[in-house]
Amino acid sequence: MSELPLPVVTPLTEPYWKGLEEGELRHQKCRGCGHVWLPAREECPRCLTADITWEASSGRGRLISWVIYHHSSDPVFAERVPYNVAVVELDEGARLITNILAPSEDLAIELPVVVQIEQESGFSLPRFRLA
Amino acid sequence: MRGTAVIAGIGQTAQGKMPGRTTTSLNVEACRKALDDAGIEKSMVDGLFVKYPTSEHRSMYAQTMAEALGIQPRIGGVWDQGGAAPSSMISFAAMAIEQGQCEVALVTIADNPRTGTRQAYERGWGDDAVFGWFGTPAGYAMVARRHMEQYGTKHEQLGAVARACRRHGANNPDAQLRRPLTAEAYEASSFVVDPLRRDDCCLISDGGAAVVVMSAERARQLGVGAPVPILGFGQGQTSWEVAQRPDLTSTAAAVSARTAFAMAGLAPKDIDVAQLYDCFTITVILTLEDYGFCAKGQGGPFVEDGRIEIGGDLPINTSGGLLSESGMPGMQLVTEAVRQIRGTSTNQVAGATTSLVSNQGGIMHTHSTLILGSS
Ligand SMILES: [Zn+2]
Repeated sequence: MSELPLPVVTPLTEPYWKGLEEGELRHQKCRGCGHVWLPAREECPRCLTADITWEASSGRGRLISWVIYHHSSDPVFAERVPYNVAVVELDEGARLITNILAPSEDLAIELPVVVQIEQESGFSLPRFRLA
Repeated sequence: MRGTAVIAGIGQTAQGKMPGRTTTSLNVEACRKALDDAGIEKSMVDGLFVKYPTSEHRSMYAQTMAEALGIQPRIGGVWDQGGAAPSSMISFAAMAIEQGQCEVALVTIADNPRTGTRQAYERGWGDDAVFGWFGTPAGYAMVARRHMEQYGTKHEQLGAVARACRRHGANNPDAQLRRPLTAEAYEASSFVVDPLRRDDCCLISDGGAAVVVMSAERARQLGVGAPVPILGFGQGQTSWEVAQRPDLTSTAAAVSARTAFAMAGLAPKDIDVAQLYDCFTITVILTLEDYGFCAKGQGGPFVEDGRIEIGGDLPINTSGGLLSESGMPGMQLVTEAVRQIRGTSTNQVAGATTSLVSNQGGIMHTHSTLILGSS
């Protein structure tokens, strides 16, 4: 039985996955300069401070780009082709890799999207649907 | 330092499937051929610049190579910039020579992903693998989609890049893939990661290539047969991961090219022939734009109507590039640029006096540019 390649939860990323378990998509925010980002980092890439907090995102954003896999060397995803992977920018400014829960013919750049948290193999994953 | 350094010799191994050949062995063969081509002894070499092999992770690799070559260089090391490394290393070698840190440098690369491991090209991207985010081609596909949506770039235009490289490779007896590509065959080629088809993706190849760099003056003293002057070079680093890149369709290739053109005192219109890194067809379209051969967004129309084929305004990848000659990360573009100035290419551009190379690595993370010419 092949297994989904699961995220490795570390002290750095634990608040992110915990937030999703609680139904909330979070981003990191710098207490020094207000910069907002994902994925988790130890320092703010803008002002380099380590004074960072986690904050709830609106879960709303827009579609930057997407691809559709027709082939995968990973056994789990080889069974899921064709499937999409997308880049979404949240309204607050953070970017993330995700899947869009829509047929590929409905996709276009800049379309508004909204988070939909789905359970899989014990993880709560932030996917997006068209808003 | 325009024209003060030259490429004095080039060497290249066979490209394709070479079971049992290590990257060290491929590097040594490429270096031996480059030294023979320059007509010099290895005892003259006091600089050694080596690309980190993508297919074989190991530390202190430049020392492994120096031992295998039986030399004790004064200066050099390993460059980890993926496909940008060849032109970057040639630039560093030229600067080291200019500053008296060495006199004769070997610059060499070799990889064996075809019979070794392709893992570097197929692995999942950290925690994002849970979404199915795997592999290098998908990163380029993400950029290609954005470009197609933003500027109306068409599949057929990506196909025109593949067809140009395949046409040129068909005429190169040393190319790994010598079958030309028709528009119909391109359209029928299956998607790997939509919007990229099989024919949009470069070959996977074992192989190596090397060049000898020295000052123009030293080349004269040694009676080197066909030295090719380095007129300009530049580098630039985009650095953002694809998902984090504020603008997916612009890269620091623009910075790299601007630096090289300024050093050479040339503009895009002055270039007779170009070797543009074509790991994927979209890379060529972005490079044409970022280098200023056309406006941003106009790379698609630019590659139509045979403009980038032999006989066109700007013939590119005249030995076949990564799509047809070899998937080796970038030095084959340098050796072909040298052949164009020497007048010895199998797709020779008549009277070429300026020859440009674009190298880049990662998913358009790193960039380097080289402009060669008959000074
Ligand atoms: Zn900050």
